[in-house]
Amino acid sequence: MDASLLERFDKDNIVVEKLDTLINWSRANSQWYFQFGLACCAIEMMAAAAPRHDLERFGAMPRATPRQSDVMIVAGTVTLKMAERVKRLYEQMSDPKYVISMGSCSNSGGPYWQYGYHVLKGVDLVVPVDVYVPGCPPRPEALLQGLLELQKKIKTETPLRKQA
Amino acid sequence: MTFAEIVKFIETKAPGRSSIIEGKEVVLVSPADWSEISTLLKNESEVDFDYLMCISSYDKGDNKTFGAAYNFYSIKRQHYLEVRVETEDGTTIPSVTNLWKTADWHEREAYDMMGLQFEGHPDLKRILLSEDWEGYPLRKDYKEPDYYHGIPVPKDKSYWE
Repeated sequence: MDASLLERFDKDNIVVEKLDTLINWSRANSQWYFQFGLACCAIEMMAAAAPRHDLERFGAMPRATPRQSDVMIVAGTVTLKMAERVKRLYEQMSDPKYVISMGSCSNSGGPYWQYGYHVLKGVDLVVPVDVYVPGCPPRPEALLQGLLELQKKIKTETPLRKQA
Repeated sequence: MTFAEIVKFIETKAPGRSSIIEGKEVVLVSPADWSEISTLLKNESEVDFDYLMCISSYDKGDNKTFGAAYNFYSIKRQHYLEVRVETEDGTTIPSVTNLWKTADWHEREAYDMMGLQFEGHPDLKRILLSEDWEGYPLRKDYKEPDYYHGIPVPKDKSYWE
């Protein structure tokens, strides 16, 4: 919760706020991410989830099924064979769903951008991406920042209003 | 055994069926003789190659010569041998899966990447690429496809070019 919101709990433990804010607050702070890795970025993702960096202090915990996940972290090289599977897994996730593209390979094809006949040149060709995390592979801190950027993005949403 | 001794042994058992690639310690065998030579390498107790370490495939670039390089090791006798089998007309090489079980996936990879046909392989299909992939990517004349299942394959360079 925002610090400003916390400070307003001055008496009787009551605070008046929009319902949108409450929903966004709960969504932003419980980003259960889809536990799958495609290449070496997955090692950094595991390091980010491990106690030293501890993704779970931001409410992000790994789930082993798309049906319980809110965030898909595409960690690694997406081959063309895998691209269709990634798309299918994304479609199996329930709304609201977000995608973090982690590392150069899933951002843009990475070192395979020119001669990789079998590599997808950016996962944004098959699924919509919310946050791109640069690096090859990104350090766990970079993934944490990507997660916090996604939290910021979620907090600007208006889930109760009709989409224009 | 040294390389020269192994070559001499093969020559006594199967005269005139193999040659040596000049400047390399490599035995060259034609596809027609490969079944016989491979059985000999596996079963004769003097050489006793019980371990097939690797099969590599290669393209000589003239659009017809393809080859497979087999690396053998004998755990019992502790000696190595490299054998190459080259095919000029077509790309068919006898399979050695009946002698070394490990050749199964190695041959499937060689088929997947280079398009070598292994005669007598129990299940010769693609191992790494998807089954509907067109062409053999490690061949020198390979051109990458523009689209794969509707997904664009070459990098979109319109941002900077």
